[in-house]
Amino acid sequence: MNADFSRNHFELLGLAVAFAIDGARLEQGYRELQSQVHPDRFAAGSDSERRVAMQWATRANEAYRTLRDPVARARYILALKGFDTGEETNTAMPPDFLMQQMEWREGVAGARASGDAAALAALREAIGEDRGRMQSQLGRALDADANYDAGCSLVRKLRFLDKIEEEIDTALEAMHA
Amino acid sequence: MALLQISEPGLSPEPHQQRLAVGIDLGTTHSLVATVRSSAAEVIPDERGRPLLPSVVRYGPDGVREIGYEARNAQADDPGNTIVSVKRFMGRGVADVAKFGALPYHFIDAPGMVAIETAAGIRSPVQVSADILRALRVRAEAALGGPLFGAVVTVPAYFDDAQRQATKDAARLAGLNVLRLLNEPTAAAIAYGLDHSSEGTFAVFDLGGGTFDISILKLTRGVFEVLATNGDSALGGDDFDQAIAAHWRSHHGLADASGRDTRRLLATAREIKELLSTQERADAQVTLSLGQHLHLGLTRAEFEELTAGLVQKTLAPTRKALRDAGLKPEDIDGVVLVGGATRMPHLARAVEAHFSKPPLKDLDPDAVVALGAAMQANVLAGNRVGEEWLLLDVIALSLGLETMGGLVERVIPRNSTIPVARAQEFTTFKDGQTAMAIHVVQGERELVADCRSLARFELRGIPPMVAGAARIAVTFQVDADGLLRVSAREKTTGVEASVVVKPSYGLSDDEVARMLQEGFAHAGDDRDARAFAEACVEADGLVAALRAALAKDGDLLGSDRESIDRRMAELQAAREGGDHRAVKAASTALNDASERFAGRRMDRAVSLALAGRRIDEIATR
Repeated sequence: MNADFSRNHFELLGLAVAFAIDGARLEQGYRELQSQVHPDRFAAGSDSERRVAMQWATRANEAYRTLRDPVARARYILALKGFDTGEETNTAMPPDFLMQQMEWREGVAGARASGDAAALAALREAIGEDRGRMQSQLGRALDADANYDAGCSLVRKLRFLDKIEEEIDTALEAMHA
Repeated sequence: MALLQISEPGLSPEPHQQRLAVGIDLGTTHSLVATVRSSAAEVIPDERGRPLLPSVVRYGPDGVREIGYEARNAQADDPGNTIVSVKRFMGRGVADVAKFGALPYHFIDAPGMVAIETAAGIRSPVQVSADILRALRVRAEAALGGPLFGAVVTVPAYFDDAQRQATKDAARLAGLNVLRLLNEPTAAAIAYGLDHSSEGTFAVFDLGGGTFDISILKLTRGVFEVLATNGDSALGGDDFDQAIAAHWRSHHGLADASGRDTRRLLATAREIKELLSTQERADAQVTLSLGQHLHLGLTRAEFEELTAGLVQKTLAPTRKALRDAGLKPEDIDGVVLVGGATRMPHLARAVEAHFSKPPLKDLDPDAVVALGAAMQANVLAGNRVGEEWLLLDVIALSLGLETMGGLVERVIPRNSTIPVARAQEFTTFKDGQTAMAIHVVQGERELVADCRSLARFELRGIPPMVAGAARIAVTFQVDADGLLRVSAREKTTGVEASVVVKPSYGLSDDEVARMLQEGFAHAGDDRDARAFAEACVEADGLVAALRAALAKDGDLLGSDRESIDRRMAELQAAREGGDHRAVKAASTALNDASERFAGRRMDRAVSLALAGRRIDEIATR
């Protein structure tokens, strides 16, 4: 492979490595990069140009996808700092967090059983608020305090929220179908 | 040694030549070919001025092959040999086609995809589609006066990998250089967006003869970004015909209708359906094969009642697409209707009710996809340097692997922007396991049995280890056509075993070459002359691309200068020799020689883009 892939996702999209990012600038950086490397620019080019373009455009999409999503962005920053979030292996959680999780899960199960879409939507909103709080904490931990252990723990917690939100969406979808 | 010529940066090294490029909408019911002439996209009509080509091919006895209107007129008299709606069979097995209702064909369970037995022999849907595409290619070449540089062929956004691969194979078989497979709703959005210079978030609701797509796109100056897409690749206008025909069959006691009568009923149902788009009641007289006369009539109200369930079936994918885009119906600035089936009033009403706004239908719903494809083909052929737009499309269906217990492990989720690659690690289940079966599937369900099986292959030569110690990295790469390649590699011991698969429905290059030869023999075409002309078009494209690259970035050549120079001279010599194989070989050699140069150029482009951005940032602070 010839392409120089040594830049990290932030560098590639013209951003400083930080959890707090300007969404408009991220999108602009992504589009500028894609307008240079997208395979559509090389459809009439040589095979080698098309191959290189596909590798680069793939890389640009991966960078954009990662940085656009706050949890993926945090995980990526932590990896750059040499920290593994241990989401598969480290499942130890503080008891109050686990209690909250159980409460939400019971709420989802109950609302699903009774077909109560409004209750599911309300739960989704409550979880969304919690997510917002945790993401601000994550920003502080990564950008201001350089407390990467706290960052890892927050990413693990947010992963739980991802899962429960997905469950709610699936339940809502099933009610519409 | 001849010196390479380098022109001034930004100036084209030679007078700009327009390359002949077309967009093709290969539809279930009919197909179109369009091109851009004097900067406007237009449909290329046949010699009698008709824009559409019915997607119907008849394979009669004695080598008779009719395509288009002739074939469509013969369908009631020769239903078994007249293939209509072949698009529904692309990349599908016998079990799939059984769901389409009563069809007058003799299907054969061929490996990977059904085939149809006709008077002219067994025909695969790929070959039938290639015959339609070839007719369009010949039409375009006659109208444009030369061999085509390339074509953009459209596919439903919801087509899975097997259906896409089958379409690309058909295009290659028809002698087309496929610049890109383009999703139909995206093509429509290009035509619509450029025509209206629209900005904002749009929903494209595309109900064709056999497929349904809903795409949500964000249009901003120069960028078409697909946010989400959904659909049903087995739902279309044909199902409305089937619903009417089924109603008549039960009403008139025709449960055991012959193939001929089935086809006659379907054709009549189609006519009645089209009439009901503009009138409240439609009637037809039909004579069945046993001499039975039938009066068949339907009111619009009856039709709407019969097909209300089909209209409802479009709304679940619509909701899912909106949800995946993170949007609500009221966030949509405009809804564009595409496909002939959106002419049905109750369907348009349902769309209007869902989005609470009247849909846009000022562009011809039959032609808009081909026109958008032609515009994209023009850009991809390099005819609009400096005024290109950027198209960011997605893959509509998730891709994954079978794991223990028949469960699907998702590797690439639906609505990922393409091209996309993702690697996932797996491990062995038993001690000393030296091989691993890899089963690639596509779909949204959790069980393998509910998803579409795309390919199976085995990774062998894994060194014996305790269970769970091996590290098998399986990489999925989806290209800009939405086509998948999968490779697998064992990492821990440094022992590499790797295999690249094409989905099981794909034809090998050798098979395509063989079928091409047969096709030319059949058509009485001058095969070698045509192959040479094509190889030259390709070679000239390559040389032009390379010259332009050298003009811009010649300083990056380094030690490759000599070999590129030599390969280019060899290609020139081969071109004069008249042998298409020599031209192809020389093109490949030139391609290989320029690989490193291409990589360096891309690095420079990226660096310049980044540098430019930094300067902007400094300037605005």
